[in-house]
Amino acid sequence: MNNLLEMRGIVKQYPGVLAMDKVSIDLKSGEVHCIIGENGAGKSTLMKILSGAIKKDSGDIFIEDKKVIYSSPFESQQLGIGIIYQDFKLVPELTAAENIFLGREIKRSIFLNKNEMSLKAVDVLSQLGEEINVELPVSLLSTAERQIIEIAKAIVSNVKILAMDEPTAPLTRKEIDNLFQVIKKLKGGGVGIIYISHRLEEIFEVGDRVTVLRDGRCVGSSLIKDVSRNDLIKLMVGRELSEKYPHKTAQTGKEILEVVNLNSDKINDVSFSLIRGEVLGIAGLVGAGRSELVRAIFGADKITSGNIFVNEREVRINSPSDAIQSGIALLTEDRNLLGLFINMNIRENISISNLGKSFKGFFIDKQKELSEVQKQFDKLRIKAPSIETNVEALSGGNRQKVVLARWLETNSSILIFDEPTAGIDVGIKFEIYKLINDLAEKGKGIIIISSELPELLGIADRIIVMCEGRITGILSRDEASQEKILNLATKFSTKIMHAV
Amino acid sequence: MLSDNKKAKLTKIIGEFSIGLALVIEIILFSQLSPYFFTAENLLNVSLQVSITAIIAAGMTFVILTAGIDLSVGSLVALAGILATSVIKIDLPVYLSLPLGILAGVLFGVFSGFIAGVFVTKFKITPFIVTLALMTIWRGTAFVYTEGRPIWELPEAFAYLGGGRIIGVPVPTVIMVIVFFASHIVLTKTRYGRYIYAVGGNREAARLAGIKTNKILISVYIISGILSAIAGVLLASRINSGQPNAGLMYELDVIAAVVVGGTSLFGGRGTIIGTFLGAMLIAVLRNGLNLLNVGSYVQQVIVGVVILLAVLLDQLRKK
Repeated sequence: MNNLLEMRGIVKQYPGVLAMDKVSIDLKSGEVHCIIGENGAGKSTLMKILSGAIKKDSGDIFIEDKKVIYSSPFESQQLGIGIIYQDFKLVPELTAAENIFLGREIKRSIFLNKNEMSLKAVDVLSQLGEEINVELPVSLLSTAERQIIEIAKAIVSNVKILAMDEPTAPLTRKEIDNLFQVIKKLKGGGVGIIYISHRLEEIFEVGDRVTVLRDGRCVGSSLIKDVSRNDLIKLMVGRELSEKYPHKTAQTGKEILEVVNLNSDKINDVSFSLIRGEVLGIAGLVGAGRSELVRAIFGADKITSGNIFVNEREVRINSPSDAIQSGIALLTEDRNLLGLFINMNIRENISISNLGKSFKGFFIDKQKELSEVQKQFDKLRIKAPSIETNVEALSGGNRQKVVLARWLETNSSILIFDEPTAGIDVGIKFEIYKLINDLAEKGKGIIIISSELPELLGIADRIIVMCEGRITGILSRDEASQEKILNLATKFSTKIMHAV
Repeated sequence: MLSDNKKAKLTKIIGEFSIGLALVIEIILFSQLSPYFFTAENLLNVSLQVSITAIIAAGMTFVILTAGIDLSVGSLVALAGILATSVIKIDLPVYLSLPLGILAGVLFGVFSGFIAGVFVTKFKITPFIVTLALMTIWRGTAFVYTEGRPIWELPEAFAYLGGGRIIGVPVPTVIMVIVFFASHIVLTKTRYGRYIYAVGGNREAARLAGIKTNKILISVYIISGILSAIAGVLLASRINSGQPNAGLMYELDVIAAVVVGGTSLFGGRGTIIGTFLGAMLIAVLRNGLNLLNVGSYVQQVIVGVVILLAVLLDQLRKK
């Protein structure tokens, strides 16, 4: 059979990162081709290139063996490519029918023909075996129903190629079964489906073929019936650990932080402890609740129940300011949105959590502030003309150092790092690892969240693995391996307990 | 990067300088056109005219720096003035009734600001809507309370606040200078001031940096309330009565002064000196046009054009 879609030799270079390195995939009509890989393997980049949302640097795309060139989602839609993103692109205030026909409304002279659209919408949905009230605004529909609306929208636009990004992430088991039925019907209609997921079980249920991406490269492709779950995990993980992590000896000592039965909207009965001088890693897939856990500990999100002990004394943390008082610091995941004050300079960004130290009566002691900030600036070797430089002018790595400096200056005894090396070049990464080790050696307790497993294996003494808001395992450095972590991180392949 | 940094510094200096420069040009221009303009008497007169809006504008700067807005200031001027004058009219010795009256007005400013701040933070309603509602409520209250009639027959001592002079300088001018000096110190030299810029620049980052953002937000509305109330008392003293329609549309003049002064409506950027210059720019323009016998209708058009130009200048400099 001929290829419905072929992407050949796709290359995408971002500053400092080669996101797509000559990736080639193809898709036949009536086939489900699964794309899997770890976080950051390049799945989303591939999807965005297919949709035309981002430009590829080189490589070609063929549809039905004809080379096509396009540069926007609009043009790719015209070519029959439909994309369903994790966060749906529906207008919540419009009805289901209006959403299905958004951009291709049926009109009678200059007026919308609402009856006709409603009838057709019902028709399309029944083809999928669905019954949804198309007169309701989308905001009143369930997540699963919205997804079906997205699919119906794609069908109305005569989609030949449908790419779905983690379509089951928000669904319950029953809804997933239903979705798979819909996918079967689409296949029967000759639509080719690209199915992106990190849930291995599903791939065996729904897929015909699978391609594994790692670090922006295709590392393997096979028919589903010819592979096992373990083969896939090996392919996803692949690489050997290199000696890029500074060595440090594991510590045993007093518990500096203990979390008991912590619950919040996003996390479920989490308990663990952190020892003085320890680097504790938290692994898990996107949406596993890792950031939510540390945000809850830091008082950034509301805790519904549970206890937190610092140095064996219980503390009440209702706000980040309480957490800081208790000696906890959090470097947030998104440093630009949640960490930096882009309207301020380096000095102001560093001293903002530490102004209590530089006080002279009612006023800020400018000399003290300058000297303290300058110390951190020099120690972390932030590359900028001076501490008066606006942070807007800094690179990602240096911005991260500024936020780091702020928290180091607070002299907190517990430091939590959420993806501290994301989007940072290798040189600065190593500096950050070294700094984390130094801090641990000085007796601080360190928690680090990372989606890069080799990084966690390289620097953490123990690794907590999370899945669906729960801890599914705690591994010591010696027993941890990428395979084990990935197994624990995908322990619940569905969201059964959320449906209960 | 170095050149970028220098450029950034330069544009910052030019930015603050540009409002000042515009003001200087304006003064030179009017001095040429009207012989009376550049006399001590007229300049003191301008300072008196600008004092009330400028005092409110200082408070508004705090609010706008946090990316908020306070539309209730004009109505507060009226209601604070009415409260103060009605307390002053109580049959008490003047040395008691005067301070009590002023205190009543100011306390009401605190109250109004607190209400606004609580609605903005706890109930998460946008400042525009909260203060728009308060604007209507206070204005209505002022009319209901006075039944639409002004409060007259105040003790002579009260008139000193708005009409008196301290070594030749009008009292409101002196108060304005004190307010601006204090505001400048607070915003540039204290932790509280730094927090205001942080909250306005990135509220969530500020919270995660350990700043009690709600307290900061509530406090800026209280500051705006207090300064509006002080302005209201001064105005009542100057017109020697409590008027329910005092301070009508002041909010617009005040916001114009702040924005012309270079403070960003999106928060986090701006200076109190800028606000002062912005208020002066508009006040000098009005005074000069008056001296040149430009009709009030035409004046409105010219003031509007100047506001647009000043903001345009600010926008261009950012690019």
